[in-house]
Amino acid sequence: MALGGVHLRFGANEVLKGIDLEVRRGEAVSIIGPSGSGKSTILRCITGLLRPQSGSIRVGDTQVEALRSEAELIALRKRVGFVFQQYNLFPHLTVLENLVIAPTRVAGRDRAETLREARVLLDKVRLSHKEAAYPGELSGGQQQRVAIARALAMRPELILFDEVTSALDPETVGEVLTVIRDLVQEGLTCVLVTHEMRFAEEISDQVYFTEAGVIVEHGPARDIFGQPRSERTRAFLHRALGDGPRNAPARPAPVPETLPFERLRFAL
Amino acid sequence: MASEIALSRPRHVMRAASDTPAWRRPWALVAWAVLALLAFWVATGTTPVAFVHLWKWSPALLRGLLANIEISVLAMALGTLAGLVVGALSLSPLRVLRVVTRWYVQVFRNAPVLVLIYFTTYVFPFELHLVSWTFPFPDWIKVVLGLALPASANVAEIFRGAIQSIPSAQWEAAQSLAFRRSEIFRLIVLPQCLRRMLPPWMNLYASITMSTALASLVGVHDVVDTAQIASNTVARTDFTILVYFTLLGLFFAYCYPIARATRALERRHDRH
Repeated sequence: MALGGVHLRFGANEVLKGIDLEVRRGEAVSIIGPSGSGKSTILRCITGLLRPQSGSIRVGDTQVEALRSEAELIALRKRVGFVFQQYNLFPHLTVLENLVIAPTRVAGRDRAETLREARVLLDKVRLSHKEAAYPGELSGGQQQRVAIARALAMRPELILFDEVTSALDPETVGEVLTVIRDLVQEGLTCVLVTHEMRFAEEISDQVYFTEAGVIVEHGPARDIFGQPRSERTRAFLHRALGDGPRNAPARPAPVPETLPFERLRFAL
Repeated sequence: MASEIALSRPRHVMRAASDTPAWRRPWALVAWAVLALLAFWVATGTTPVAFVHLWKWSPALLRGLLANIEISVLAMALGTLAGLVVGALSLSPLRVLRVVTRWYVQVFRNAPVLVLIYFTTYVFPFELHLVSWTFPFPDWIKVVLGLALPASANVAEIFRGAIQSIPSAQWEAAQSLAFRRSEIFRLIVLPQCLRRMLPPWMNLYASITMSTALASLVGVHDVVDTAQIASNTVARTDFTILVYFTLLGLFFAYCYPIARATRALERRHDRH
């Protein structure tokens, strides 16, 4: 999979300003960077959910930016899995049905075989006991694991993980990361957008650091995390790893405004 | 403090409702009391005259109520079918369809129901001529059409609101799983919508049922018309008061269970 010179604009807001990315089969690539740098946008371009103004996106033999009809996009999406930050499970279906509905309806596979595969996948994400539960009854971490299993059920060639642990509390982050680690060790080709720096360092073959819509630096994980060439990369890593994601405040606490109580008039 | 009261009161009420057995609940107690009173009157032969008349007229009243129910069911059925179509069209990618359906919905939601009923009664012909056959066009069908119009407009709004209340993230997730747009609609969005639509739809049905009382103004022999005939025939003030109370009671007995079922559905819904 390769991106070349991708530019994307939302109205007047330029989000991607020339992205070059390459993922070889069996590689795990992490994209790290501050919020708003366009990481999720890159993932959505790869699967055709967003359309860039210019640039080339190649997944296998398919040129994604040249796809026009719905049928072509569907053919692409059967090969590329996506796991969202907000899990996005279908609430009206049980966990097992969530896994089975896409392979049977979209790919037209045999239902019995798909059920068997789905149960194997649920076992892999350690949720076999929840197969008849509804998504509303599961915790965030469990839902995210089901979402990963659902993406795997389509047997994709490439899986995209869009900040999948950002909506989870620290304890459940670990269980989801374990699942992803196992998948990467089995040789899954994936692109991971994440804030979990230590995890990215551990499992990635390549790491890309983006900021403000451009790729500032990329290379093997130990180079980026060990000896970053760019100053911006160093600054970001220092902020992200030095303070630690748990200590860094999410946003400055709002200063409470004091009301001029004596001068307020009350309607009685 | 206020929030504590607000939170505690419904809990208190719900606890009371679920604790008492069925035969001791308020409506059951009222029913027991009424039955006891009736038994007393029949046994001692001291039934007030007004109630004797009411007993004689009750078959006619019930047949009139049946006419109201028929009108409401048919109007709701037609209105729902038309409303679903209009609602689906209102989300069309074609701008012309969106504008036309928006006008349809706004016109028929903001028109008084009585005016619509008069409109359909006088616009439609007295009878239909088809080649050599003549079909009478009964008044109650005109009332059905008159009620189906606001019903369809409201159903269209309910439908559109339900679809737009499905988070776009569901669409994105389904798209990422390679579903076609029509498949997403059919398999993911519509099942979730139907559950969300049911409470407002049932509310609409109760309101249409109450509007069927207007049919009496255009000559349909419904329960209100029967009550008027009865009170003119018997010509007693106490009977007139009683029969109109009975009318209220009949409509209440039909519409209140619908409202209760709606609330029960809403509560079951909140779990998901």
